[in-house]
Amino acid sequence: MTNTIAVQMSGVVKRFPGVVANDGVEFELRRGEVHALLGENGAGKSTLSNILTGLYRPDEGTIELNGAPVSFSSPRDALNAGIGMVHQHFRLVETFSVAENVVLGNPDTAFLLDTAAINERVKELAARYDMAVDPEARIWQLSVGEQQRVEILKVLYRGAQVLILDEPTAVLTPIEADALFRTLRAMTAEGRTVIFISHKLDEVMAVSDRITVLRGGRTVGTVDTSTTNKRDLASMMVGRNVEFTRVQRKTPAQANDIVLHVENLGGHDDRGRDALHGITLTVGRGEIVGIAGVAGNGQRELAEVIAGMRHATTGSVSVEGKILQSGKARAAIAGGVAHVPEDRLHTGLAAGHSVEDNLALKSYRSSLLSRFGLLRRQAMRDGAVDLVERYDVKTPSTQTAVRLLSGGNVQKVLLAREFSTDPKVLIAASPTRGLDVGAIESVRERLVEAADSGLGVLLISEDLDEIMSLADRIAVIYEGRIVAVIPADKADRETIGLLMGGSHLEATS
Amino acid sequence: MNNSLLIVILASAIFYGTPLLFAALGGVFTERSGVLNLGVEGMMLIGGVSGAWASQHIGGSAWFTVFASILVAMFAGGLTALLHAFLCVTLKANQTVAGLSITIFAGALGLSSYFANVWKVAAHPVTRPIRKLDVFGLADAPVVGPLLFNHTILTYVSWVLVAASSFYLFRTKTGLQLRAVGESPQTADAMGINVVKYRYFHTVLGGMLAGIGGAFYSLAIVSTWVDGLTKGAGWIAIALVIFGFWRPDLTLVGAYLFGALQSLGTTLKARSFHISGDLLDALPFIMTIVVLVLVSSRFAHKRLGAPAALGVPYEREER
Repeated sequence: MTNTIAVQMSGVVKRFPGVVANDGVEFELRRGEVHALLGENGAGKSTLSNILTGLYRPDEGTIELNGAPVSFSSPRDALNAGIGMVHQHFRLVETFSVAENVVLGNPDTAFLLDTAAINERVKELAARYDMAVDPEARIWQLSVGEQQRVEILKVLYRGAQVLILDEPTAVLTPIEADALFRTLRAMTAEGRTVIFISHKLDEVMAVSDRITVLRGGRTVGTVDTSTTNKRDLASMMVGRNVEFTRVQRKTPAQANDIVLHVENLGGHDDRGRDALHGITLTVGRGEIVGIAGVAGNGQRELAEVIAGMRHATTGSVSVEGKILQSGKARAAIAGGVAHVPEDRLHTGLAAGHSVEDNLALKSYRSSLLSRFGLLRRQAMRDGAVDLVERYDVKTPSTQTAVRLLSGGNVQKVLLAREFSTDPKVLIAASPTRGLDVGAIESVRERLVEAADSGLGVLLISEDLDEIMSLADRIAVIYEGRIVAVIPADKADRETIGLLMGGSHLEATS
Repeated sequence: MNNSLLIVILASAIFYGTPLLFAALGGVFTERSGVLNLGVEGMMLIGGVSGAWASQHIGGSAWFTVFASILVAMFAGGLTALLHAFLCVTLKANQTVAGLSITIFAGALGLSSYFANVWKVAAHPVTRPIRKLDVFGLADAPVVGPLLFNHTILTYVSWVLVAASSFYLFRTKTGLQLRAVGESPQTADAMGINVVKYRYFHTVLGGMLAGIGGAFYSLAIVSTWVDGLTKGAGWIAIALVIFGFWRPDLTLVGAYLFGALQSLGTTLKARSFHISGDLLDALPFIMTIVVLVLVSSRFAHKRLGAPAALGVPYEREER
């Protein structure tokens, strides 16, 4: 039974204008397995799963489901055939209850809604797969982990035999991820099949039976998880060996020579609710302080208050002993704060403008770049050409619009601009998110270089590995509070994971 | 007793509130699907002129004429709404602009007046208007008579419609899916719900109900055609949708409140109260402004339960 083929995709080609996203992919799925689809960003994982779920049609190649060729023209076709997708960005109606979301669009739901019966059925289904979720709760009341369970329930309720999970752990705490893995096991034990898309080696090793690695739109190979290891997978994924070591620093951090001092800081989120509660934090000269936490615990607000983009409701931010005026981005820039925001293409850069305009955005007021309020274009261009070279930005010209560059190069432009103002402090929010391995490495090198040259770096990231390998000290943020600050050499993943999930609060109280 | 000021005002609130209720219920359906319709005024006028024309040209029994005129008004309103749906759903136009242009195109100085000229609708009064009924012979019963048993057929239809709409929206699968389309079309699409079909259907349905509302003016309230005879009722209906929190039952309450304000001028003048008629005529619109100001803060919008995707064209994500 376990060796029957559920899905066979052969020679799948999908072209988009200017890109071949899938270039002859081979993919075989056996019934009852957890099959990981591993690859860097842009390797073609999402395209392949979108083809399997009917969102895209392949230009070439065949798909067989249980031995019979199929062709889906919409997600509905795929769902009816028993293939369901759990999207990375949830598809849920916020104001509906869990049960309403689960039955939504199901052809078997009766015309008259019997709410009590629906709630009961959803509750049973959740219990069967070891998922704790209240069918009557409204989606907006749920945590991200719970919302993901609703997504999975939706697909199960539709009777899906093949479930595709697109980077499901990206939004979960380690504990929630473990619960998810248990649920996946419960599903495969019933003969359902799971495709698990990820670029995290640890979890792929932990959860899958077999692994197919994609690179550049092609299948590199399919391996049994029991006969491979992380190092081999990494080299399949990137085509070379990647070292897993803690970054060595040229200049030691001077934690006592404080450059950034955040004192009892409070701030609101976009809805006007308190998002930060008395945050106190220091960053020393040449020190990298990592802020670890699950997204949405106040990281963005913290970065924006420090960068002067958001008002502080309490407390203060000072750089080298001088207090910055709250809510004034220009004061923060003048005070020596550089900021790499998490949404680099919208908050960080003017996406439709050229590389050289973007590079000048923070320094156009200097006499070097403007005179009597008029820009000196030649000086801007010369400066841009210089920066593009120094930061190895791959762009056709300095007049190219930033939005046309790849993610890694966009980030390089942003870093080049921020460092060009000669800052004292760098706030980097998820600086490597969404980048491919090569670009991640080069961004990390820049951060370490910055620290070596004496900057205080506040690295906010959801990627714990990144923080563990770069930071000198790790501060864990949970619900707008710093719950612990731990020297990196004394930190272990499990403790930090627990703190990120807020569990120490229960343990100590 | 039935002649007391309070009873008269309440009874005429229901009478004048009826067209508002139809148009606003239509707005509830349209907006629940995520389409903002600022073309209601235009659709009402198109319905009004077509209804008046049909009433003058369709023979048969009096009942048949009324029935047929209402159908024609619905059809005309629905057709106008189909244009709005085409602009907003298929062409993904800016819904505010599309709605405004429908009202300008079809409104007092546009298509509805043109039809009235060409068909010579204004030349004669409507000979077979929609009359008030004497239900169970109780029209003169104290208090309940004028309030419950002495209305036009359309008022009774609207009551059934309110109950049916609430049931449809909150107790049926289609209603659930409609609300999903208005809240999160991405989700609905991913679950295999046809977003385009739902939006088209409920926009056209909204236009049909607006058409009935317009016909109520030309066939019952004014009983003849005058250019721009709805006098901005369409705009009040749009405010009522918000005022009623996108719920049919509360929309009924709002419609009768505004109906009372609209009838106040006529009623008070008939009783020789010395109040500026212009001021009284302006009352519903002043109230509309107040309501819209109160509910248009972002906080209120979120709390009141506006469909999250209201006014946003849906496009399937492609890379």
